Amino acid sequence: MSVALSALEISRALTRISHEILEANPSSDLITILGIPTRGAHLAVRIAASMSQIAAREIPVGMLDITMHRDDLRMHPPRPLMPTSIPSSGIQGRDIVLVDDVLFSGRTIRAALDALGEIGRPRTVQLAALVDRGHRELPIRADFVGKNLPTSTTQSVKVHLTEIDGIDQVVIEDN
Amino acid sequence: MRHLLSISDLSKAEAVSILDTATELARVSDGAVKKLPTLRGRTIVNLFAEDSTRTRISFEAAAKRLSADVINFSAKGSSVSKGESLKDTALTLQAMGADAVVIRHGASGAPQRLADSEWMLASVINAGDGTHEHPSQALLDAFTIRKHCAKGAPDLAGIRVAIVGDVLHSRVARSNILLLNLLGASVSLVAPPTLLPVGIEKWPVDISYDFDAVIPSVDVVMMLRVQQERMSNLFFPNAREYSRYFGLNSDRLKLMSPHSIVMHPGPMNRGLEIAAEVADSARSVIVEQVSNGVSVRMAILYVLLAGQSLEAGEK
Amino acid sequence: MTVKGYLIKNAQMPDGGIKDLLITDGRIHSLAVGINDATATIIDAKGCVVLPGLVDLHTHLRQPGREDAETVLSGSRSGAKGGFTAISAMPNTSPVADNAGVVEQVFRLGQQSGLLDVFPIGAVTQGLEGAALSEIGAMADSIAQVRVFSDDGNCVFDPLVMRRALEYIKKFNGVIAQHAQEPSLTVGSQMNEGEVSAVLGLKGWPAVAEEAIIARDILLVDHVKSRLHICHVTTAGGVEIIRWAKARGINVTAEVTPHHLLLTDELARSYDPVFKVNPPLRTQKDVMALREALADGTIDIVATDHAPHTMESKECEWQEASFGMLGLETALSIVQKTMVDSKLMDWAQVADRLSTAPARIGGYSDQGRNLEIGAKANVMIINPSASWTVDKDLVVSKSRNTPFHGYELPGVVTHTFFNGMATLIDGALINSGGSE
Repeated sequence: MSVALSALEISRALTRISHEILEANPSSDLITILGIPTRGAHLAVRIAASMSQIAAREIPVGMLDITMHRDDLRMHPPRPLMPTSIPSSGIQGRDIVLVDDVLFSGRTIRAALDALGEIGRPRTVQLAALVDRGHRELPIRADFVGKNLPTSTTQSVKVHLTEIDGIDQVVIEDN
Repeated sequence: MRHLLSISDLSKAEAVSILDTATELARVSDGAVKKLPTLRGRTIVNLFAEDSTRTRISFEAAAKRLSADVINFSAKGSSVSKGESLKDTALTLQAMGADAVVIRHGASGAPQRLADSEWMLASVINAGDGTHEHPSQALLDAFTIRKHCAKGAPDLAGIRVAIVGDVLHSRVARSNILLLNLLGASVSLVAPPTLLPVGIEKWPVDISYDFDAVIPSVDVVMMLRVQQERMSNLFFPNAREYSRYFGLNSDRLKLMSPHSIVMHPGPMNRGLEIAAEVADSARSVIVEQVSNGVSVRMAILYVLLAGQSLEAGEK
Repeated sequence: MTVKGYLIKNAQMPDGGIKDLLITDGRIHSLAVGINDATATIIDAKGCVVLPGLVDLHTHLRQPGREDAETVLSGSRSGAKGGFTAISAMPNTSPVADNAGVVEQVFRLGQQSGLLDVFPIGAVTQGLEGAALSEIGAMADSIAQVRVFSDDGNCVFDPLVMRRALEYIKKFNGVIAQHAQEPSLTVGSQMNEGEVSAVLGLKGWPAVAEEAIIARDILLVDHVKSRLHICHVTTAGGVEIIRWAKARGINVTAEVTPHHLLLTDELARSYDPVFKVNPPLRTQKDVMALREALADGTIDIVATDHAPHTMESKECEWQEASFGMLGLETALSIVQKTMVDSKLMDWAQVADRLSTAPARIGGYSDQGRNLEIGAKANVMIINPSASWTVDKDLVVSKSRNTPFHGYELPGVVTHTFFNGMATLIDGALINSGGSE
């Protein structure tokens, strides 16, 4: 096990991502941040808070459960559903930034795109990930990345957040 | 969990998880989304050997919202009513590649016979068997009670429920008694002694013959349907007398505590076990029970079918 | 067959003594220590128990009418396999055995099979309908010489019909074997009424429906001074009533089935109709009362109520399924398990309850003679220290509805001799005599 990102590094990465999102989207009143539960949702709240501070305006934030849209449901025991909460401004015609902790195969993001499509039609959909570990299985890329971590497929990347795990850090484990 | 035959198949954690899943699914259904792709390519057969339009439609809506293919196999016009054996029906469903069979049957235990047999491999969901159980109804009732009375708690601890009427012949009552106990609620049964089964002393319930004495102390009054043919079998003298002692009328409604609710699994006999003004009153959550039914049945289908591995399904 | 006879060596007799038993010319020739006979086939029965051939007072053979479930021959083979040398064919066939013609047909089929005695039981009422008496006298005078009459499957419910039947059979010292079931308390009943039926939502069959008829008929038989036999007693309450009657000297006998000595209504929780039987399986308290009653003689005999049913009558919903279970091949093992191994009875009592007493009740004079020298050699051997696993696919009966499938049971029946002829040797049936 090795620590890939410390608490300080995570904090810096999220601040940087917040700036980048605002820079990439000049009409910031159309941005909505949607985290993918569980850890992506907490990261989304942090990013939205940081963006609100920078932009001096409230950036809407919510969460989007993608369980029912996964393509690997039948390979696992049934997963409990996570809450979905869409801000009152909705997603129609807005610039949606999806937030996930680790970008890996890309399948979670595909499911998220499907889940979004069921709710409405955003103007754009962008993707922010704290860690991009490579090994994509679908043509999906992140617009905003905290850190690129080259890994082997036998390794696993674990993101720990204070809200859930009591500590902020990203570790790589060899299986 | 492969089948849902009886509430006794569920642990408390499983029951709570079905209610939680239903809560999330209800939120989805309330919004713009009417359809989820979760069970795409899965075949669900509604095998209804006994008439029940409302339960069948509820399961059908639930299956379709999860994108499953639904085949209706109803009593009228199907071979079940023409004397084809349960075994041959099961073999047919197996040959058709059913992933799940939602079964309503007049014989107690018929769903368990299907599940235990080697006639087919599909998941079996009991949608009401004889006078045995009706687990999806109990889950939707618990869901409704939790929403109104649990104040955010995951279970039903401390909630007091009166179940009133023909307990002897009620599969709804049997499933509800098991589930309410599992979730920590306390249950009082109110019925004429003729409509309580011998052996009930072992059930974890209070028994009363006096409806008026029970009403003020409960949070939920759950009325059971009384079938007209019970009168001819000497269970009670006539409808008027039944209604006088065990019907929920507007006078009894006034005895209910301020935040309590009235439930009925339907279809109602207005004027017999429940007065029209009670069924339509602000305390009545009877219509809501129906809409909750779809979310709860989606949750049941999700828990039973979504996680099954392809390998196991094709074996 | 050119065999001169059989010499059973070193067997344990019902009374516990170790002896040799010589069968020649169809009879028990001698019973002593150290018999030698060069011409007889020798059977080493060390460690085994010799009993008089078992006699069943309650068997369903399904012929005529339902030969797909059982025939007189297949039922006879099943009986020989279980150690029986006599069985009694209940009259609920199609047509019903309510006249001399049908009982003679069944009797002849039994003789043709030649594996054991088949004694037809005559119907009490025409068509088992409980209204008009059947031709009881003609059946008694037929070549079948029927002495036992029963509407088994149905109760002789009308008290006047029951009274008249009890009186009528006094003419030839017959007996009425009553299926005690109050009909209006058991309309549509599926299983014992109690804790389990309440949970399963299966219509209950109250104990009182059985006990009320037992009580009524005991009072009736006392009044008319006839002979009453109570079929398949299943409840602790029924036992109490019979005990009371016997204490008062009333002429009543009673039977219990092997399945009611072991199984309880808990088995219905599977909804598997193989456990559906009339009268129904009761509770553990009833089971213990029945065992005690059999041991103390309140219940006189064990009778199998062997009730073969085709697959389709059992592979269905519980409430659609037929009532009944197989019994002949497992009877003695169940009795050993419940009564002997539990020290409630010894082998002498087993010989009484499964052979001597049923033969006496039925008036079967060549049966149940308890290994008397000179009597017809109706004898069976069980190895009580061996065990076997019941496999429904290996039963001899034409049907498969044994409730004991998969049970490991003590006691292997190794030999059966009917009138001196071996019908079962080392557990294998000898195909003699019979033709379909």
